[in-house]
Amino acid sequence: MPNRTLEVKDLSTHFFTQAGVVKAVNGVSFGVDSCKTLCIVGESGSGKTVAALSLMRLVPDPPGKIVAGSIMLGERDLRALSDAEMRRVRGNDIALIFQDPMTSLNPVVKVGKQVAESIVMHQGKDKAEALRMAIELLDRVGIPDAAARANQYPFEFSGGMRQRVMIAMAISCNPDVLIADEPTTALDVTIQAQIMDVIRDLQTTCNSCVIFITHDLAVVAEIADDVMVMYGGRTVEYGGVDEIFYNPHHPYTWGLLGSLPRLDCKTRLTPIAGQPPNLITLPRGCPFSMRCKYVRRECRDQWPELEIVGPDHGVNCWIPVDERRQLRAELDYITSVCVSDVIT
Amino acid sequence: MPADGFEQPKRAEDVVTPLDGVHGTFLDGVPDDTGTAAIEGYVEAARKPEGFRAETWRRLKRNRLAIVGLCIIAVFAVLGIAEEIAYVTGIGSGEPGSGYLAPYDPNAVNYTLSPQGKGSPPSWSHPFGTDYLGRDILSRTLVATRISMLVGIIAVAIALTIGLILGPISGYYGGWLGAVIMRAADIFFAFPYILFVLLFMTVLGPGLWNVFIAIGVLGWATYARLNRGSVLSVKAMEFVEAARALGASDLRVIFRHVLPNTMAPIYVAVAMGIGGAIVTEAALSFLGIGIQPPDASWGKMIADYLSYMWAGSWWMVTFPSIFLTVTVFGFISFGNGLRDATDPKLKE
Repeated sequence: MPNRTLEVKDLSTHFFTQAGVVKAVNGVSFGVDSCKTLCIVGESGSGKTVAALSLMRLVPDPPGKIVAGSIMLGERDLRALSDAEMRRVRGNDIALIFQDPMTSLNPVVKVGKQVAESIVMHQGKDKAEALRMAIELLDRVGIPDAAARANQYPFEFSGGMRQRVMIAMAISCNPDVLIADEPTTALDVTIQAQIMDVIRDLQTTCNSCVIFITHDLAVVAEIADDVMVMYGGRTVEYGGVDEIFYNPHHPYTWGLLGSLPRLDCKTRLTPIAGQPPNLITLPRGCPFSMRCKYVRRECRDQWPELEIVGPDHGVNCWIPVDERRQLRAELDYITSVCVSDVIT
Repeated sequence: MPADGFEQPKRAEDVVTPLDGVHGTFLDGVPDDTGTAAIEGYVEAARKPEGFRAETWRRLKRNRLAIVGLCIIAVFAVLGIAEEIAYVTGIGSGEPGSGYLAPYDPNAVNYTLSPQGKGSPPSWSHPFGTDYLGRDILSRTLVATRISMLVGIIAVAIALTIGLILGPISGYYGGWLGAVIMRAADIFFAFPYILFVLLFMTVLGPGLWNVFIAIGVLGWATYARLNRGSVLSVKAMEFVEAARALGASDLRVIFRHVLPNTMAPIYVAVAMGIGGAIVTEAALSFLGIGIQPPDASWGKMIADYLSYMWAGSWWMVTFPSIFLTVTVFGFISFGNGLRDATDPKLKE
């Protein structure tokens, strides 16, 4: 699909440690259009965050290195840019919202000045003008009395307010791509809802595309247009949000959906048995094969080709389509029924 | 721009109270201790977390020794500044560049005040007595404050500048660059400090500016090593990553985001370091390669007058020694207090 805002192809990021090569991201492809939201879902250690950092070329080097793939932002290949050019992209074209607002603000710099910093860096505004714009931004993300608050230090802000400040910093230069790395994980649920509103609101006014990294499927159901499910550094399944929730094809996606708590039916949660894989000693084939209930011989030996199972819906799995449908029908009572409640 | 049907939260911590004047001063870390402002400040403090400076000051205030040290520093700082102004503008001598603020010309020789070349003991006209050339000890001691304070401040400023450039670079980049800087610091630590300064002074030659340079250049390793440790822990924090994600360059990240967060231990080291620099200058002058006659510094005076003590002229060496000891005591006890006040392990 041409002219997507961001198109990532076969991205691989490895960490070369003393214990061995950690294949944190292993041939991942995805793309996002403007005004759309892509959710990257997966458990801890599945490579979500490393994928996001790779987009900004912020993977700590050494030991990390992007070993393969292309990252196209519009016409530009980010992997080919020089460090100085990349610095101009960061914050200006791609911005990142961090997971923990409590530690992501510099404690000794006043909030207004921190927001103004990237305006000064990228737009060449003078300090007074940048500060004025910063106050406007703080107001836009819903910080009351922004002019006075801009003159305060981060320790005087609550967690939710700090996350708003982080968002103000991220959108200060109208980035094309806004990456939110679990922005609500450290917040309680009511604040989480407010933050999601702010992000959604800004997305419509800025024409940005949002890459939302999370392991919270309730958040996914609420915000996503497209969903990419990652496991062990690989994309196991991607598709539109409805496809993923109503028509999931990969056993890992079933597992994720099956482990959602529900309020109305008293079935026990079904955890996915086993532990997340060690990224150094990944099997040659599917990383999920070690935990998959339906594992077969080819799963362990070879990574399956991408199989298109619907419009813009792909899955990497060795189980034949018919068999998958059948298996899923058996699980239906925990997946699709429950999920419909989450969405509505 | 809130979304439909979602009101801004009006929780206490998110609302700025209209205590504007008080608010301002309190946020600047200097609590206002007078009248109602103090009460309002107290109310404010009870509701919100304290800033680093406000908290440090509150804890420092309870340490009596540190406050004594602070007062001593203040007295000598004022004296030193006054002497410097007098020196530059020419008060006393009438000639810019050699002025003094003292009852007598500190370098005026008057043999009538030194019968048998042993000076004269303290009297009403010369409270600290006179030296073997009949010079007024009080005047010399006061004027020497200028030299000692200058050495303390300029030498430490030089050491700090070098240390706070090399330290953060070493800590932030690590790798071979960091290793080279730290091995260089090790070399500076490996030599006995005073011998190294002596060697340096021999190469540079005596003189006030060379004292600054020698003490300053040789003192950087302490600050660099101290700072490197803090930089290593701060650079792993998320806001550093966040700054890089906003497109900040390495130098900007190091000096705008990392360095300001590593300053607490540095303040302590500076307070101690100034005391140390004053002592080192005294030692150099004592050994004859620091301040040159007829100028006075405390160390120089101690060196010159020590032998007269055995001849019974105790007053010559006593008063400069007291000034030196008290000043250094002031810096060190303030530094100690500051360290305790910023030590998170000693928090109540």
